[in-house]
Amino acid sequence: MSDVLLEIRGITKEFPGVKALKDVSFSVRPGEIHALVGENGAGKSTLMKVVSGVYPYGTYEGEFYFNEEECRFHNIRESEHKGIVIIHQELALVPQLSITENIFLANEQATRGVIDWGLSYRKAAELLKKVGLDESPDTLISHLGVGKQQLVEIAKALSKDVTLLILDEPTSSLNEKDSQALLALLRDFRSQGIACVLISHKLKEVEEIADTITVLRDGAVIESLDASGGNVSEDRIIRGMVGRDLTHRFPPREAEIGEVLLEIKDWKVRHPVYDDQMVINDVSINVRAGEVVGIAGLMGAGRTEFAMSVFGRSYGRYVSGQVLKRGREIDVSTIPKAVHNGLAYATEDRKTYGLILINDVKTNITLANLDGVSTSGVLIPPKEIRVANEYRDALSIKTPNVNQLAVNLSGGNQQKVVLSKWLFADPDVLILDEPTRGIDVGAKFEIYTIINRLAAEGKGIIMISSELPEVLGISDRIYVMAAGRIAAEMPAAEASQESIMKAIMRLARAGAEEVVL
Amino acid sequence: MTATTQTPTQTTPPGGGFAGAAAAIRGMGRGGLLVALLIAILFFQITSNGVMLKSLNVTNVFLQNGYILVMALGMLLVIVIGHIDLSVGSVAGFLGAVAAVLMVTFKLDPILAVALTLVAGGVIGVWQGFWVAYLRVPSFIVTLAGMLLFRGATLFMLGGQPVGPFPESFRAISSGFVPELFGGIADPFGTGAPPIAIGPLALPLGGGPLQLTTLLIGALLCAVVVFLSYRSRREQLKYGFEVPSMARFWLRNLLIILGIMFISYRLAGYKGLPIVALLAFVLIGFYMFLTLRTVLGRRIYAVGGNAKAAMLSGVNSKRMVFLTFINMGILAALGGIIIAARFNSATPKAGYGFELDVIAATFVGGASAYGGVGTVVGTVIGALFFGLLNIGMGIMSIPIDYQFMIKALVLLVAVYFDVRSKNKEA
Repeated sequence: MSDVLLEIRGITKEFPGVKALKDVSFSVRPGEIHALVGENGAGKSTLMKVVSGVYPYGTYEGEFYFNEEECRFHNIRESEHKGIVIIHQELALVPQLSITENIFLANEQATRGVIDWGLSYRKAAELLKKVGLDESPDTLISHLGVGKQQLVEIAKALSKDVTLLILDEPTSSLNEKDSQALLALLRDFRSQGIACVLISHKLKEVEEIADTITVLRDGAVIESLDASGGNVSEDRIIRGMVGRDLTHRFPPREAEIGEVLLEIKDWKVRHPVYDDQMVINDVSINVRAGEVVGIAGLMGAGRTEFAMSVFGRSYGRYVSGQVLKRGREIDVSTIPKAVHNGLAYATEDRKTYGLILINDVKTNITLANLDGVSTSGVLIPPKEIRVANEYRDALSIKTPNVNQLAVNLSGGNQQKVVLSKWLFADPDVLILDEPTRGIDVGAKFEIYTIINRLAAEGKGIIMISSELPEVLGISDRIYVMAAGRIAAEMPAAEASQESIMKAIMRLARAGAEEVVL
Repeated sequence: MTATTQTPTQTTPPGGGFAGAAAAIRGMGRGGLLVALLIAILFFQITSNGVMLKSLNVTNVFLQNGYILVMALGMLLVIVIGHIDLSVGSVAGFLGAVAAVLMVTFKLDPILAVALTLVAGGVIGVWQGFWVAYLRVPSFIVTLAGMLLFRGATLFMLGGQPVGPFPESFRAISSGFVPELFGGIADPFGTGAPPIAIGPLALPLGGGPLQLTTLLIGALLCAVVVFLSYRSRREQLKYGFEVPSMARFWLRNLLIILGIMFISYRLAGYKGLPIVALLAFVLIGFYMFLTLRTVLGRRIYAVGGNAKAAMLSGVNSKRMVFLTFINMGILAALGGIIIAARFNSATPKAGYGFELDVIAATFVGGASAYGGVGTVVGTVIGALFFGLLNIGMGIMSIPIDYQFMIKALVLLVAVYFDVRSKNKEA
């Protein structure tokens, strides 16, 4: 066996408007645990999707070798045939089928199309034993917890004679005990010569288990650290993850901060389905007039869930908590009431939740405030066009005219349409969820400028962002969220990427037993 | 049926609900539904040796298909908002029976009976809409149940026997004509003139006296359409949108005028404008206004276009769904009344299978099975297309078995074009 199992040479992958991977090269040795770390959007998942054939050959530049053979996968089957198996963050199991049926899905133990159930059960039982899952192979997936489902995924991977196992955030939804069991299993695999690429935000785990740590940032490899001696500290990893040039990426901000505009007190929300999961736990935040408040945190920290639960209870099941505007309690129990009381929420997922893509720009802009372009229920088309044109000019939305369908706009311009919609609704407090996700640097700067302008007009801005430099560059004050709680609050001037990351990790460790989502 | 007919109503230029019609027709003319309609007319005209476009048959297109048109307008909103109603045939049959029993058994005045039947339609809409919107049962299931429920209720109501006949004033809804107010005029093309023949296409002109009222209504309609589309064009220019050249603008309007006037001329040559057609035109106008110019219409399209985004923009999606089902119920009641009046009795089989014609007409008219897309004008053309198909095939004496198969293929091909244009956009 050679001493390099997987070698990646100069992989570049572009999405429309974004370079997700830039000339990435590194290698994985046989039987090692190789951790891939980086911020959200650094390109970790994209890279692994290239390696596993999710993005087929030809959609990226560069090449990679597995066992010294060049790989040109056209689909996942081909990569699995070679022994590369990826387990995605969102598990790909069919809840209504049994463990056995799931393990051998698309790989049925059959002769001439007739499934040999006896053989299937025997093999499934063996695999379950290997991964240490004490359940009958007959059990339906829907009867298992997330931790056990994860083990079924791994058993499924083993059934395919895996030599390289890729795990994307395997422990993000597991509690401490299940996480430890999973890590122990990975150590087992290491001793059996199965290599493992582990993508994880939980740096403590990475520090504990990885032989090599590769740090990605903005789609490029920053460094590969030899961690076999356990000599790489969490702080060292964080420095690699976040260190970057911050000059000239944000417009200058001169804040004129007034009194408290909106206050959310002791907010508690349950998971919409799982009654025992408290997704948001005692969150209290406030925002002042003219202030930009950033909410930092990792994916799954509960930030979007928090924002949506405040905005007309559009997420989860409300348990308790108050919303006060200028000291007076307001009713935000439905979206129309929340909008009426001066709240707006611009979603992180503009295509699914923000825009009606098959409608034109003006229709999208006026949707949240149709009363503003109508009299007694009858629309006034000239007024609608005038309004749409005003916002097109004010936010410089690049479109030939406002009759253009939203689907034809670029990501940045779509985001501006979503912003226009909420600006026309004239809210006092604007919650922006990942306002610059998936848009290029130039458009980001424009969005930041708009945010500054709104703050200058005396509105309160709450900005949720996974990009730490953005949170630091735009906010006046920062809340750090982790595991559905506020982990820390700090003035932006005193905050640093390191201090935010540390706050997240501190709470992630402390609250690991009740991690949610 | 192609990409252009997919343009949602909202993308039609502003400037008045009726002016939107011109825009919608323009889109359709480029696309093909209108072209397909013209080809079908031409085809039947040739194969029937010029019988298709005779006054009687043009009148029959409206008399025999009025109920499809009326119910298709309700179905359009249901489909646009992303649902389906399989029960309209049964509901129409049931409500026709309700009207019959009210008039025949309880001897109610026809006007009162019609009013009560419309209310009953609204109540059925409330029932089905409640299950769909608030109890979140898929509309396919709710209305499938409704289909059975109201089929049974019809039998129960009628005791398995037809109920009729009805007072003359009630029958006029389906068989009456707008009365002549000015005295007829002679056909300017002469009496008994030989038909104008272009190759195999014979277009017989000339005939008996013409009904002046019908011609005047046609002329008035032309004037309104031209005025509104002219105003719309001026407004578009003012906001710097691209508009078709003046020559194209007038060519298009000329074609619309020709179409309307030809239909008026034909209707005037028989007994004039059928009451049911007048009713349909009024409803078409109303629903064009609703879909193009009102906040309510805008919200229905928004929910159909992206329910999540609409909800997060403060649109009460559930209420919108609820309202569209109530609207459907009322229009199904009207459909049921028209059917009962037409046959002068309510029968246990009335309305049987009508939901298929109504749904097919809506989809052929360019509504999208994915929701959010569909126009009133498209639906009207779709309904006329199916009506024409029915009558044309009848004239050609095509057996009923073939008729079903032909209609099936028309539906499939139409929706295929819809899906294909969707995929191109994506």
